[in-house]
Amino acid sequence: MVDRRRVLQHLTGAGVLAASGVWPRGGAAQQRPALTSGLPDGVYDTAILDALPGKKPLIKLSYRPPNYETPVSYFADAITPNDAFFVRYHLADIPAEIDPKGWRLQIGGEGAASPLQLTLADLESGFEQVELTAVCQCAGNRRGLSTPHVAGVEWGLGAMGNAVWRGVRVKDLLAKAGLKKEAIEIVANGADGPVLDKTPDFVKSIPVWKAIDENTIIAHRMNGQQLPHFNGFPVRLIVPGWTGTYWMKHLVSLEAVTKPFGGFWMKSAYRIPSGKFPVVQHFASQMTEANEPITEMVVNSLIASPADNQQIRRGTSVELRGVAWDGGYGIRRVEVSLDGGASWHSATLGPDLGRFAFRGWSHRFTPQAAGKQVILAKASNAIGQTQAESLIFNPAGYHNNVVRPLTLVVA
Amino acid sequence: MRSLCAAIALFALTGAGAYGDEQPVALNAAPGHDAVENNCAACHSLDYVRTNAKFLDRKTWQAEFDKMTKVFGADIAPQDAATIVDYLTKNYGTGG
Repeated sequence: MVDRRRVLQHLTGAGVLAASGVWPRGGAAQQRPALTSGLPDGVYDTAILDALPGKKPLIKLSYRPPNYETPVSYFADAITPNDAFFVRYHLADIPAEIDPKGWRLQIGGEGAASPLQLTLADLESGFEQVELTAVCQCAGNRRGLSTPHVAGVEWGLGAMGNAVWRGVRVKDLLAKAGLKKEAIEIVANGADGPVLDKTPDFVKSIPVWKAIDENTIIAHRMNGQQLPHFNGFPVRLIVPGWTGTYWMKHLVSLEAVTKPFGGFWMKSAYRIPSGKFPVVQHFASQMTEANEPITEMVVNSLIASPADNQQIRRGTSVELRGVAWDGGYGIRRVEVSLDGGASWHSATLGPDLGRFAFRGWSHRFTPQAAGKQVILAKASNAIGQTQAESLIFNPAGYHNNVVRPLTLVVA
Repeated sequence: MRSLCAAIALFALTGAGAYGDEQPVALNAAPGHDAVENNCAACHSLDYVRTNAKFLDRKTWQAEFDKMTKVFGADIAPQDAATIVDYLTKNYGTGG
């Protein structure tokens, strides 16, 4: 049944009132964002620039639950600002705000001998504080570019961001909770939930070996500030190298379990066909013959500047800028083609912010001939992986790292 | 419905919009429109429908409908099911 209180909270007043004719439709004029080519027609028709509370205008794909992607221009820099960081929720019962004083993190489960409860102050001072820079990319980033198109949030290029995360190691928390040898997975849940009681709550698990990796942390700071509400305030799970689906927002519990966690969001959602993608880390206790959970990100890159279809002047120097990233092996090379792939040049790599971070890159050139010039960028990582030449189709549109053309109009 | 609207109006005027400034998302006026709006909008805004267009056929829209009812627990009257899938296929799908 619908929980009436929650529906009242989440049907927004403006929409319902406008539909019922009591409230004048309008507000600020809706601004259309710049969108990449190849998305479903409905995205061009519907996506607008819209600002959630505390955020800059982002590309709104859905209001409720809120799914907002970061405009490509922000990726000309390797660190994504908090107020421009993409927002992704599955279910619409999201706390309007969370009181950090009342927030508690429960750590327990049958695989923990000494369950405990922590306050935010405990997390901020009771454990060693660690900091790392890591990319959070939605598993479905670029889903909208799948051919053929597949159902879901039709993300373009911006369901990702890179930030400096500060917090405590999950390993240290689990040690304090008396993690048992029999534990195989750690189950994470957040304060947000479904509108209907019958809808499976968004709960995810990670293998114990990944949870106790020294880089897996619970972050209470993002780029030196508290996390924006819509990015998981007060704390979220950071699973560097792995897709954003595991980076539980508004984290309230971690449970050590001795059997594979059976929730919908593990068993049915976020799965990729077995054997199709070049991934190293697998989630063994959740694998079947046919498919397995998505885990690490595949190597990828983006040209952030100039914008697609931008006009540039012949004979004037242009700087291409963008980012490259992978599942935590580290970017070794970004190559750029200025002639649609006929020849390639090494781009200049920016500062190394760590193997889980965006690697900025740039390349300067001077267009010589008027007309359309097709630019490509292609990243390779430290274990010899490079981007796909053609799409590896899968039903949920994951892992799209096809080398992608950008057109400049030289005049 | 009137009292629900009134309750929501009161709620909105007391300043409790969930995520700020959600605007109405219009769907095509066509047979089935009300069934879609009444059954789908409680859990998600209708831009989900508009952005997933127009590439799903009847079978794949039916699969989305089934996911909402069988997996996500949407309680939709049987007589509305065919109407909703037909509306989505004709207005936001390949038509057949």
